[in-house]
Amino acid sequence: MKNNTKLANFYLGLILVLMYLPIIIVIIYSFNSSRISSVWGGFSLKWYEELLRDKSMFDAMANSLILASSSSILAAIIGTLAAVGMPKVNLRSKGVIEYISTLPIMIPEIILGMVFLTYFSLIRLPFGMITLVIAHTSFCIPYVYMLVKARLVGIDKSLVEAAKDLGASEIRAFFDITLPLILPAILSGMLLSFAMSLDDVVISIFVTGVNTNTLPIKIYTQLKTGVTPKINALSTLMLGATLLICLLSVWIGKLGSHHREDLKMEGN
Amino acid sequence: MDDYILQLDRIEKSFGDVKVLKGLSLSVRPGEFITLLGPSGCGKTTTLRIIAGLEKPDKGKVYLEGKDVTNEEPNKRNVNTVFQNYALFPHMTVEGNISYSLRLKRLDRAKIKKAVSEALELVQLVGFEKRMPHELSGGQKQRVAIARAVVNEPKVLLLDEPLGALDLQLRRQMQTELKRLQKHLGITFVYITHDQEEALNMSDRIAVMRDGKFEQIGTPQEVYDHPKTSYVARFVGSANIIKGTAYNVNEHTVVFKNDAGIGVVAKYSGNIAHGQKVTVAVRSEHIKLNLVNYNSNVTGLKGVVKEKTFAGGLLQIIVALADGNELVASRHGIDSSLVPGDDVIVTWAPGNAVLVDLEGAHEKETI
Repeated sequence: MKNNTKLANFYLGLILVLMYLPIIIVIIYSFNSSRISSVWGGFSLKWYEELLRDKSMFDAMANSLILASSSSILAAIIGTLAAVGMPKVNLRSKGVIEYISTLPIMIPEIILGMVFLTYFSLIRLPFGMITLVIAHTSFCIPYVYMLVKARLVGIDKSLVEAAKDLGASEIRAFFDITLPLILPAILSGMLLSFAMSLDDVVISIFVTGVNTNTLPIKIYTQLKTGVTPKINALSTLMLGATLLICLLSVWIGKLGSHHREDLKMEGN
Repeated sequence: MDDYILQLDRIEKSFGDVKVLKGLSLSVRPGEFITLLGPSGCGKTTTLRIIAGLEKPDKGKVYLEGKDVTNEEPNKRNVNTVFQNYALFPHMTVEGNISYSLRLKRLDRAKIKKAVSEALELVQLVGFEKRMPHELSGGQKQRVAIARAVVNEPKVLLLDEPLGALDLQLRRQMQTELKRLQKHLGITFVYITHDQEEALNMSDRIAVMRDGKFEQIGTPQEVYDHPKTSYVARFVGSANIIKGTAYNVNEHTVVFKNDAGIGVVAKYSGNIAHGQKVTVAVRSEHIKLNLVNYNSNVTGLKGVVKEKTFAGGLLQIIVALADGNELVASRHGIDSSLVPGDDVIVTWAPGNAVLVDLEGAHEKETI
């Protein structure tokens, strides 16, 4: 019995090391004063200073933030409307539509990128921020849709009926009852979308214009011309930001969870 | 027609291929406590949802205060519902829940506050304003749901098995409280239950439902003492059903016989012909068991005592009749001198037996 737990712990440790060692190394080397990545030259913040001086980096970061916020907000709106509206649709093809709308998660990104590229050139849309936002919004929608749908299933439909019974119109009942109850799901879907959009390279490379660089594209192209520890510093910062978003999303998810337990109890 | 606050006129409703309501008509007077009583799946909840406007009937009309509201949305009807699972808004406080309908009406704050505290006083939950629904017990949630529904001063309050989730003791207490509340507010109650005891305790009138139709509508006493059909007799107070053939009919009584012997039943109305098949309902507490001894000349149904059980202050004696049927006699108290295997003659006072399932026994479908 004891041997078994030892083995399990060893396995767990191995997996954790495999997963997180590279990340830890990048973080450590972002504080490396040496120019050569593989040699430790002592602790220094100079790469962070250099990063702050690089204007093109800041432009790319600004682009990424604009892109991630607008596409996550758009995805939140469209995804929520889809999840709320779908149960009211009475079509035979409903199942197919539902399946198709979650497909972008399963299609390889490289193909999605290709598809967007072909489509946008076909309709002669100039490549740039607009094409980026459209592409990112469309691959973010399924995340919001699925999270909100799951949340809606857990909400007793007699709550909306009670609101109507007490004098609320259909729309009023949605804003007073449904929306507050699904808000945690919308927000965590939005944050997830934000994170997905913020670090996307593959699709962005296909649909961006010559003058619009996002941060991941910038990093990727810089890698080709030689890795400077500046990239390590940048990666560390982005890691921090992503971690923050994830924690926020978990926290928001927890905020709503006692409602859900309560609903289940009342259902019995 | 104006005397009624709520009228259902030949309501029909199907879900898919299943016909749930098969032509229901009901008229309710202002201030009445009417109970829809029936087993689960008989269409009670659907009827209630149609009155509330949460479902539209396929055929038939709903009138509120004489006005046709069949196609009105629920928020346009002056009717409120206490839902089976309470349906309290989990993200609002008790105060927020109760004041919801008043806030929709845009009443000013002072009025709302006053109405909420009065409603809380009514259901004895003063001081619970700031609690969230998940911090309340089942009985407290129930009271909040009632307060939320009555604060809107509806013409009719619909209650869908409101006590179903509570334990027996709390149920009894809430029954009394609900009745008191209804008297106090003077609101018409349409109450749903499958519990015949609850229906008999609380209602002014009971509508016994079966399979999407009303079997009988009447006061608790009418339904209990003069059931029109064997279904009602069995469902309300679980009466014994005895079948036989009439062979001696006079003005006040009908004597019938079957393979177990003969029985007598009082006749109130209707024509019974000689040789007609009759169905008779007799409640278990009215059944007399006469031990057969040498000089007995009692006439009745022959049987043998099969089993004795004691439950809830009642002794129940199951008798196997000579024709193969069984019936139940009940006595208060813990024991009787009869033991299983005793030969008995079953009798009852003719006035305690009721002829059921006569022609035209079902409720008529028009108002």
